[in-house]
Amino acid sequence: MSAHDHNNSGPIDPETGLSRRKVLECMTWAGTGVLWTVSGGVPRSLGLVGSAMAAEPTGMTFLQISDSHVGFDKPANPNALGTLEEAINRIKIMPVKPSFMIHTGDISHLSKASEFDDAERIISQAKLDVHYVPGEHDFLDEEIKFYKDRYGKGTRGAGYYSFDANGVHFIGLVNVVDLKAGGLGNLGAEQLEWLEQDLKGRSKSTPIVVFAHIPLWTVYPEWGWGTEDGARALDYLKGFGSVTVLNGHIHQVMQKVEGNVTFHTARSTAFPQPAPGTAPSPGPMKVADDKLRTMLGTASINFKRGDQRLAIIDTPLAG
Amino acid sequence: MISASLGRSGVRLAVAAALSLYLGVAHADESKVTIDNFTFTPAELKVKVGDTVTWSNHDDIPHTVVSAGKFRSKAMDTDGTFSFTFTSAGEYKYFCSLHPHMTGTIKVE
Repeated sequence: MSAHDHNNSGPIDPETGLSRRKVLECMTWAGTGVLWTVSGGVPRSLGLVGSAMAAEPTGMTFLQISDSHVGFDKPANPNALGTLEEAINRIKIMPVKPSFMIHTGDISHLSKASEFDDAERIISQAKLDVHYVPGEHDFLDEEIKFYKDRYGKGTRGAGYYSFDANGVHFIGLVNVVDLKAGGLGNLGAEQLEWLEQDLKGRSKSTPIVVFAHIPLWTVYPEWGWGTEDGARALDYLKGFGSVTVLNGHIHQVMQKVEGNVTFHTARSTAFPQPAPGTAPSPGPMKVADDKLRTMLGTASINFKRGDQRLAIIDTPLAG
Repeated sequence: MISASLGRSGVRLAVAAALSLYLGVAHADESKVTIDNFTFTPAELKVKVGDTVTWSNHDDIPHTVVSAGKFRSKAMDTDGTFSFTFTSAGEYKYFCSLHPHMTGTIKVE
Protein backbone atom coordinates (compact mmCIF):
# COMPACT_ATOMS: atom_id res chain seq x y z
CA MET A 1 0.00 0.00 0.00
CA SER A 2 2.86 2.38 0.72
CA ALA A 3 3.74 2.02 -2.96
CA HIS A 4 0.57 3.89 -3.82
CA ASP A 5 1.41 7.57 -3.76
CA HIS A 6 -1.88 9.18 -2.92
CA ASN A 7 -0.39 12.65 -3.11
CA ASN A 8 0.68 12.23 -6.67
CA SER A 9 -2.70 10.96 -7.70
CA GLY A 10 -3.95 14.49 -6.87
CA PRO A 11 -7.37 13.09 -6.19
CA ILE A 12 -9.65 16.03 -6.02
CA ASP A 13 -8.14 18.83 -7.96
CA PRO A 14 -10.40 19.89 -10.82
CA GLU A 15 -7.53 21.88 -12.31
CA THR A 16 -5.12 19.03 -12.60
CA GLY A 17 -8.11 16.86 -13.37
CA LEU A 18 -8.39 13.55 -11.65
CA SER A 19 -8.96 10.81 -14.15
CA ARG A 20 -11.56 8.15 -13.55
CA ARG A 21 -8.75 5.66 -13.47
CA LYS A 22 -7.15 7.52 -10.58
CA VAL A 23 -10.43 7.55 -8.71
CA LEU A 24 -10.73 3.85 -9.22
CA GLU A 25 -7.21 3.46 -7.90
CA CYS A 26 -8.29 5.28 -4.77
CA MET A 27 -11.24 2.98 -4.51
CA THR A 28 -9.01 -0.04 -4.32
CA TRP A 29 -6.64 1.61 -1.93
CA ALA A 30 -6.65 -0.45 1.23
CA GLY A 31 -6.47 1.44 4.49
CA THR A 32 -8.42 2.54 7.49
CA GLY A 33 -8.65 6.27 7.58
CA VAL A 34 -9.13 9.29 5.39
CA LEU A 35 -7.69 12.65 6.22
CA TRP A 36 -9.43 15.54 4.59
CA THR A 37 -8.13 19.03 4.56
CA VAL A 38 -10.45 21.81 3.56
CA SER A 39 -8.98 24.86 1.99
CA GLY A 40 -11.00 27.40 0.18
CA GLY A 41 -13.02 25.24 -2.11
CA VAL A 42 -12.60 21.65 -2.99
CA PRO A 43 -11.46 19.06 -0.52
CA ARG A 44 -8.32 17.18 -1.25
CA SER A 45 -7.07 13.89 -0.07
CA LEU A 46 -3.58 14.18 1.30
CA GLY A 47 -2.66 10.55 1.30
CA LEU A 48 -1.96 8.00 3.92
CA VAL A 49 -2.05 9.06 7.50
CA GLY A 50 1.68 8.64 7.73
CA SER A 51 2.39 11.10 4.93
CA ALA A 52 -0.18 13.54 6.25
CA MET A 53 1.45 13.51 9.61
CA ALA A 54 4.75 14.15 7.91
CA ALA A 55 3.22 17.14 6.17
CA GLU A 56 2.00 18.44 9.53
CA PRO A 57 -1.31 19.81 8.37
CA THR A 58 -2.22 23.15 9.85
CA GLY A 59 -5.72 24.51 10.28
CA MET A 60 -8.73 22.63 11.55
CA THR A 61 -8.72 18.87 11.40
CA PHE A 62 -11.66 16.64 12.14
CA LEU A 63 -12.09 12.90 12.06
CA GLN A 64 -14.67 10.63 10.55
CA ILE A 65 -15.41 7.19 11.90
CA SER A 66 -18.24 5.02 10.68
CA ASP A 67 -20.07 1.74 10.88
CA SER A 68 -18.83 0.54 14.26
CA HIS A 69 -21.56 -2.14 14.37
CA VAL A 70 -20.93 -2.69 18.06
CA GLY A 71 -22.47 -6.06 18.91
CA PHE A 72 -21.49 -7.67 15.61
CA ASP A 73 -19.79 -11.01 16.34
CA LYS A 74 -20.03 -13.00 13.13
CA PRO A 75 -17.07 -14.61 11.29
CA ALA A 76 -16.27 -11.45 9.29
CA ASN A 77 -15.13 -9.94 12.63
CA PRO A 78 -15.98 -11.73 15.89
CA ASN A 79 -14.90 -8.67 17.90
CA ALA A 80 -16.24 -5.46 16.38
CA LEU A 81 -15.93 -3.69 19.73
CA GLY A 82 -12.24 -4.60 19.79
CA THR A 83 -11.50 -3.11 16.38
CA LEU A 84 -13.42 0.04 17.33
CA GLU A 85 -11.17 0.29 20.37
CA GLU A 86 -8.10 -0.13 18.14
CA ALA A 87 -9.32 2.73 15.96
CA ILE A 88 -9.92 4.96 18.98
CA ASN A 89 -6.49 4.09 20.39
CA ARG A 90 -4.93 5.28 17.14
CA ILE A 91 -6.90 8.51 17.35
CA LYS A 92 -5.72 9.05 20.91
CA ILE A 93 -2.08 9.10 19.82
CA MET A 94 -2.49 11.39 16.80
CA PRO A 95 0.21 14.08 17.04
CA VAL A 96 -2.26 16.84 16.16
CA LYS A 97 -5.45 16.54 18.18
CA PRO A 98 -8.48 16.82 15.88
CA SER A 99 -11.08 19.46 16.69
CA PHE A 100 -13.89 16.92 16.81
CA MET A 101 -15.17 13.71 15.32
CA ILE A 102 -18.14 12.80 13.18
CA HIS A 103 -19.66 9.33 13.23
CA THR A 104 -21.61 8.47 10.09
CA GLY A 105 -23.87 5.86 11.60
CA ASP A 106 -24.39 2.19 12.38
CA ILE A 107 -22.90 2.80 15.80
CA SER A 108 -24.62 -0.37 16.99
CA HIS A 109 -25.46 -3.56 15.15
CA LEU A 110 -28.91 -4.24 16.60
CA SER A 111 -29.75 -1.03 18.53
CA LYS A 112 -29.42 -2.76 21.90
CA ALA A 113 -28.92 -0.45 24.86
CA SER A 114 -25.82 -2.46 25.81
CA GLU A 115 -24.36 -1.93 22.33
CA PHE A 116 -24.85 1.84 22.52
CA ASP A 117 -23.37 1.80 26.02
CA ASP A 118 -20.31 -0.16 24.87
CA ALA A 119 -19.83 2.16 21.90
CA GLU A 120 -20.01 5.22 24.14
CA ARG A 121 -17.57 3.72 26.63
CA ILE A 122 -14.97 3.20 23.88
CA ILE A 123 -15.57 6.27 21.70
CA SER A 124 -15.55 8.64 24.68
CA GLN A 125 -11.96 7.62 25.34
CA ALA A 126 -10.94 9.73 22.34
CA LYS A 127 -11.96 12.74 24.47
CA LEU A 128 -13.40 14.53 21.43
CA ASP A 129 -16.80 16.01 20.73
CA VAL A 130 -18.62 13.57 18.47
CA HIS A 131 -21.34 14.56 16.01
CA TYR A 132 -23.45 11.57 15.07
CA VAL A 133 -25.91 10.71 12.36
CA PRO A 134 -27.82 7.42 12.55
CA GLY A 135 -27.52 4.36 10.34
CA GLU A 136 -30.35 1.92 9.78
CA HIS A 137 -28.83 -0.36 12.43
CA ASP A 138 -29.36 2.37 15.05
CA PHE A 139 -33.16 2.39 14.73
CA LEU A 140 -33.96 -1.27 15.38
CA ASP A 141 -35.19 -1.11 18.98
CA GLU A 142 -38.89 -1.57 19.60
CA GLU A 143 -39.67 2.04 20.40
CA ILE A 144 -36.93 3.50 18.23
CA LYS A 145 -35.79 5.70 21.07
CA PHE A 146 -32.31 4.57 22.14
CA TYR A 147 -30.52 6.54 19.40
CA LYS A 148 -32.65 9.63 19.94
CA ASP A 149 -32.26 9.53 23.69
CA ARG A 150 -28.49 9.37 23.40
CA TYR A 151 -27.64 11.42 20.33
CA GLY A 152 -30.74 13.27 19.29
CA LYS A 153 -30.63 16.28 21.59
CA GLY A 154 -31.02 19.52 19.68
CA THR A 155 -31.74 17.73 16.42
CA ARG A 156 -34.83 17.75 14.24
CA GLY A 157 -36.91 14.95 12.74
CA ALA A 158 -35.09 11.64 13.04
CA GLY A 159 -31.88 13.43 14.00
CA TYR A 160 -30.72 15.96 11.40
CA TYR A 161 -28.97 19.24 12.31
CA SER A 162 -26.26 21.67 11.30
CA PHE A 163 -23.44 23.48 13.06
CA ASP A 164 -20.49 25.71 12.27
CA ALA A 165 -16.84 25.17 13.06
CA ASN A 166 -13.86 27.22 11.92
CA GLY A 167 -15.84 28.87 9.16
CA VAL A 168 -17.09 25.57 7.77
CA HIS A 169 -20.81 24.79 7.81
CA PHE A 170 -21.50 21.16 8.76
CA ILE A 171 -24.81 19.48 7.98
CA GLY A 172 -25.73 16.06 9.40
CA LEU A 173 -28.56 14.39 7.49
CA VAL A 174 -30.64 11.26 8.11
CA ASN A 175 -31.38 9.06 5.11
CA VAL A 176 -32.20 5.76 6.82
CA VAL A 177 -35.85 6.20 7.84
CA ASP A 178 -39.13 5.79 6.01
CA LEU A 179 -37.48 3.85 3.19
CA LYS A 180 -39.77 2.89 0.33
CA ALA A 181 -40.11 -0.61 -1.15
CA GLY A 182 -37.79 -1.02 -4.11
CA GLY A 183 -36.07 2.26 -3.31
CA LEU A 184 -32.81 3.56 -1.86
CA GLY A 185 -31.92 5.78 1.08
CA ASN A 186 -34.44 8.52 1.73
CA LEU A 187 -34.25 12.09 3.08
CA GLY A 188 -37.93 12.99 2.76
CA ALA A 189 -39.72 16.25 2.01
CA GLU A 190 -39.56 17.68 5.53
CA GLN A 191 -35.81 17.29 5.85
CA LEU A 192 -35.19 18.63 2.34
CA GLU A 193 -37.28 21.68 3.16
CA TRP A 194 -35.23 22.22 6.30
CA LEU A 195 -32.01 21.85 4.29
CA GLU A 196 -33.12 24.44 1.78
CA GLN A 197 -33.87 26.90 4.60
CA ASP A 198 -30.63 26.04 6.37
CA LEU A 199 -28.61 26.99 3.28
CA LYS A 200 -30.69 30.00 2.28
CA GLY A 201 -28.82 33.28 2.55
CA ARG A 202 -25.56 31.57 3.40
CA SER A 203 -22.50 32.95 1.62
CA LYS A 204 -21.59 30.79 -1.35
CA SER A 205 -17.98 30.97 -0.26
CA THR A 206 -18.80 29.09 2.94
CA PRO A 207 -17.27 25.62 2.73
CA ILE A 208 -19.98 23.03 3.29
CA VAL A 209 -19.53 19.54 4.70
CA VAL A 210 -22.57 17.28 4.47
CA PHE A 211 -22.52 13.94 6.25
CA ALA A 212 -25.06 11.13 6.27
CA HIS A 213 -25.00 7.36 6.60
CA ILE A 214 -26.00 6.05 3.17
CA PRO A 215 -24.12 7.60 0.24
CA LEU A 216 -26.00 10.64 -1.09
CA TRP A 217 -24.77 9.80 -4.56
CA THR A 218 -25.70 6.68 -6.45
CA VAL A 219 -22.92 4.20 -5.86
CA TYR A 220 -24.70 0.96 -6.77
CA PRO A 221 -28.51 0.98 -6.79
CA GLU A 222 -28.66 -2.80 -7.26
CA TRP A 223 -27.45 -3.07 -3.68
CA GLY A 224 -29.38 -0.06 -2.47
CA TRP A 225 -26.22 2.04 -2.24
CA GLY A 226 -27.57 5.48 -2.96
CA THR A 227 -30.21 7.98 -1.83
CA GLU A 228 -33.50 8.29 -3.68
CA ASP A 229 -33.84 12.04 -3.26
CA GLY A 230 -30.12 12.78 -2.77
CA ALA A 231 -30.05 14.76 -6.02
CA ARG A 232 -32.51 17.26 -4.54
CA ALA A 233 -30.21 17.86 -1.61
CA LEU A 234 -27.30 18.36 -3.99
CA ASP A 235 -29.39 20.85 -5.99
CA TYR A 236 -29.55 23.08 -2.91
CA LEU A 237 -25.77 22.88 -2.65
CA LYS A 238 -25.17 24.09 -6.18
CA GLY A 239 -23.31 27.35 -6.31
CA PHE A 240 -21.31 26.76 -3.16
CA GLY A 241 -17.61 26.85 -3.87
CA SER A 242 -16.70 23.88 -1.76
CA VAL A 243 -19.00 21.00 -0.89
CA THR A 244 -17.76 17.81 0.72
CA VAL A 245 -20.12 14.87 1.17
CA LEU A 246 -19.01 12.25 3.70
CA ASN A 247 -20.84 8.94 4.00
CA GLY A 248 -20.48 5.43 5.41
CA HIS A 249 -22.72 2.38 4.95
CA ILE A 250 -20.71 0.66 2.22
CA HIS A 251 -17.66 -0.13 4.42
CA GLN A 252 -15.05 0.83 1.85
CA VAL A 253 -13.36 3.94 0.54
CA MET A 254 -14.82 5.47 -2.58
CA GLN A 255 -14.35 8.91 -3.90
CA LYS A 256 -15.92 10.91 -6.68
CA VAL A 257 -15.62 14.52 -7.73
CA GLU A 258 -18.37 16.34 -9.57
CA GLY A 259 -17.75 20.04 -10.11
CA ASN A 260 -17.21 21.56 -6.70
CA VAL A 261 -18.65 18.57 -4.88
CA THR A 262 -16.41 15.87 -3.51
CA PHE A 263 -18.02 12.62 -2.39
CA HIS A 264 -16.24 10.30 -0.07
CA THR A 265 -17.17 7.14 1.80
CA ALA A 266 -15.28 5.90 4.84
CA ARG A 267 -14.25 2.47 5.91
CA SER A 268 -16.01 0.68 8.74
CA THR A 269 -14.29 -0.04 12.02
CA ALA A 270 -16.09 -3.41 12.11
CA PHE A 271 -16.02 -5.39 8.87
CA PRO A 272 -15.46 -4.89 5.14
CA GLN A 273 -18.08 -5.31 2.46
CA PRO A 274 -17.45 -6.42 -1.13
CA ALA A 275 -16.86 -3.92 -3.92
CA PRO A 276 -20.07 -3.28 -5.90
CA GLY A 277 -21.04 -6.21 -8.08
CA THR A 278 -18.15 -8.43 -7.00
CA ALA A 279 -20.32 -10.68 -4.81
CA PRO A 280 -23.91 -11.98 -4.94
CA SER A 281 -24.93 -9.34 -2.39
CA PRO A 282 -23.60 -6.74 0.04
CA GLY A 283 -22.98 -7.81 3.63
CA PRO A 284 -20.09 -8.70 5.92
CA MET A 285 -17.16 -10.03 3.92
CA LYS A 286 -14.89 -12.59 5.52
CA VAL A 287 -11.26 -11.98 4.63
CA ALA A 288 -8.06 -13.57 5.90
CA ASP A 289 -7.41 -12.64 9.52
CA ASP A 290 -4.16 -10.85 8.67
CA LYS A 291 -5.97 -8.78 6.03
CA LEU A 292 -8.94 -7.61 8.10
CA ARG A 293 -7.25 -4.61 9.68
CA THR A 294 -6.09 -3.32 6.30
CA MET A 295 -9.75 -2.99 5.36
CA LEU A 296 -10.99 -1.24 8.49
CA GLY A 297 -10.19 2.30 9.56
CA THR A 298 -10.93 5.96 10.06
CA ALA A 299 -10.69 9.17 8.08
CA SER A 300 -9.07 12.43 9.03
CA ILE A 301 -10.11 15.65 7.35
CA ASN A 302 -8.07 18.83 7.43
CA PHE A 303 -9.44 22.30 6.73
CA LYS A 304 -7.05 25.15 6.17
CA ARG A 305 -8.47 28.63 5.90
CA GLY A 306 -7.43 30.31 2.68
CA ASP A 307 -6.59 27.06 1.00
CA GLN A 308 -8.85 25.85 -1.72
CA ARG A 309 -9.50 22.37 -0.51
CA LEU A 310 -10.13 19.84 2.22
CA ALA A 311 -7.60 17.09 2.54
CA ILE A 312 -8.84 13.66 3.45
CA ILE A 313 -6.65 10.88 4.69
CA ASP A 314 -7.99 7.37 5.03
CA THR A 315 -6.07 5.42 7.59
CA PRO A 316 -6.28 1.67 7.97
CA LEU A 317 -6.03 0.00 11.34
CA ALA A 318 -3.04 -1.84 9.89
CA GLY A 319 -1.07 -1.09 6.81
CA MET B 1 -42.41 -25.16 -7.17
CA ILE B 2 -44.69 -27.89 -5.92
CA SER B 3 -45.37 -29.40 -9.31
CA ALA B 4 -41.69 -29.43 -10.13
CA SER B 5 -40.91 -31.26 -6.91
CA LEU B 6 -43.61 -33.82 -7.47
CA GLY B 7 -42.46 -34.34 -11.03
CA ARG B 8 -38.92 -35.10 -9.99
CA SER B 9 -39.99 -37.53 -7.37
CA GLY B 10 -42.71 -39.22 -9.39
CA VAL B 11 -41.22 -42.68 -8.89
CA ARG B 12 -41.71 -42.40 -5.19
CA LEU B 13 -45.41 -41.76 -5.61
CA ALA B 14 -45.97 -45.51 -6.03
CA VAL B 15 -45.89 -45.93 -2.28
CA ALA B 16 -48.93 -44.35 -0.72
CA ALA B 17 -47.33 -43.86 2.68
CA ALA B 18 -44.39 -42.10 1.11
CA LEU B 19 -46.75 -39.94 -0.89
CA SER B 20 -48.60 -38.55 2.09
CA LEU B 21 -45.34 -38.02 3.92
CA TYR B 22 -43.90 -36.20 0.93
CA LEU B 23 -46.92 -33.97 0.50
CA GLY B 24 -46.72 -33.06 4.14
CA VAL B 25 -43.14 -31.90 3.72
CA ALA B 26 -43.91 -30.12 0.48
CA HIS B 27 -46.69 -28.14 2.12
CA ALA B 28 -44.39 -27.04 4.96
CA ASP B 29 -41.73 -25.96 2.46
CA GLU B 30 -44.25 -23.95 0.60
CA SER B 31 -45.00 -21.68 3.50
CA LYS B 32 -41.40 -20.72 4.15
CA VAL B 33 -39.46 -17.82 2.72
CA THR B 34 -35.71 -17.78 3.27
CA ILE B 35 -33.42 -14.77 3.22
CA ASP B 36 -29.97 -15.38 1.80
CA ASN B 37 -27.67 -12.81 0.22
CA PHE B 38 -30.21 -10.00 0.65
CA THR B 39 -32.80 -11.92 -1.38
CA PHE B 40 -36.22 -13.36 -0.49
CA THR B 41 -36.63 -16.91 -1.84
CA PRO B 42 -39.06 -17.59 -3.33
CA ALA B 43 -39.65 -13.99 -4.38
CA GLU B 44 -43.29 -14.85 -5.03
CA LEU B 45 -45.18 -17.39 -2.98
CA LYS B 46 -48.78 -18.65 -3.34
CA VAL B 47 -50.58 -19.79 -0.21
CA LYS B 48 -54.18 -20.42 0.83
CA VAL B 49 -56.27 -18.33 3.19
CA GLY B 50 -55.42 -19.42 6.73
CA ASP B 51 -51.87 -20.46 5.87
CA THR B 52 -48.96 -19.24 7.91
CA VAL B 53 -45.78 -18.06 6.21
CA THR B 54 -42.48 -18.08 8.09
CA TRP B 55 -39.53 -15.99 6.98
CA SER B 56 -36.07 -16.93 8.22
CA ASN B 57 -32.94 -14.85 7.89
CA HIS B 58 -29.72 -16.67 7.02
CA ASP B 59 -27.63 -13.52 6.46
CA ASP B 60 -25.11 -12.09 8.93
CA ILE B 61 -27.03 -8.81 8.73
CA PRO B 62 -30.48 -8.17 10.22
CA HIS B 63 -33.47 -7.86 7.91
CA THR B 64 -37.14 -7.03 8.32
CA VAL B 65 -40.33 -7.99 6.51
CA VAL B 66 -42.82 -5.16 6.06
CA SER B 67 -46.05 -5.00 4.09
CA ALA B 68 -47.53 -1.54 4.44
CA GLY B 69 -50.59 -1.63 6.68
CA LYS B 70 -50.58 -5.46 6.78
CA PHE B 71 -47.65 -6.81 8.74
CA ARG B 72 -44.32 -5.65 10.08
CA SER B 73 -41.64 -7.82 11.67
CA LYS B 74 -39.04 -6.74 14.16
CA ALA B 75 -35.46 -6.88 12.94
CA MET B 76 -34.55 -10.52 12.46
CA ASP B 77 -30.96 -11.19 13.38
CA THR B 78 -29.08 -14.14 11.92
CA ASP B 79 -31.33 -17.24 12.10
CA GLY B 80 -34.19 -15.07 13.35
CA THR B 81 -37.68 -15.82 12.07
CA PHE B 82 -41.01 -14.07 11.63
CA SER B 83 -44.39 -15.71 10.98
CA PHE B 84 -47.63 -14.25 9.74
CA THR B 85 -50.96 -15.97 9.18
CA PHE B 86 -52.90 -14.75 6.15
CA THR B 87 -56.60 -14.59 6.94
CA SER B 88 -57.82 -12.93 3.76
CA ALA B 89 -57.13 -13.38 0.06
CA GLY B 90 -55.08 -10.90 -1.86
CA GLU B 91 -51.67 -9.97 -3.11
CA TYR B 92 -49.32 -8.86 -0.35
CA LYS B 93 -46.23 -7.05 -1.54
CA TYR B 94 -43.57 -6.73 1.11
CA PHE B 95 -39.97 -5.50 1.49
CA CYS B 96 -37.11 -5.19 3.96
CA SER B 97 -37.39 -1.75 5.54
CA LEU B 98 -33.60 -1.71 6.13
CA HIS B 99 -32.65 -2.75 2.61
CA PRO B 100 -35.61 -1.66 0.51
CA HIS B 101 -34.22 -3.11 -2.69
CA MET B 102 -35.23 -6.48 -1.18
CA THR B 103 -38.83 -7.13 -2.21
CA GLY B 104 -41.21 -10.09 -2.38
CA THR B 105 -44.87 -11.01 -2.81
CA ILE B 106 -47.24 -13.41 -1.08
CA LYS B 107 -50.34 -14.31 -3.13
CA VAL B 108 -53.14 -15.57 -0.92
CA GLU B 109 -55.96 -17.45 -2.66
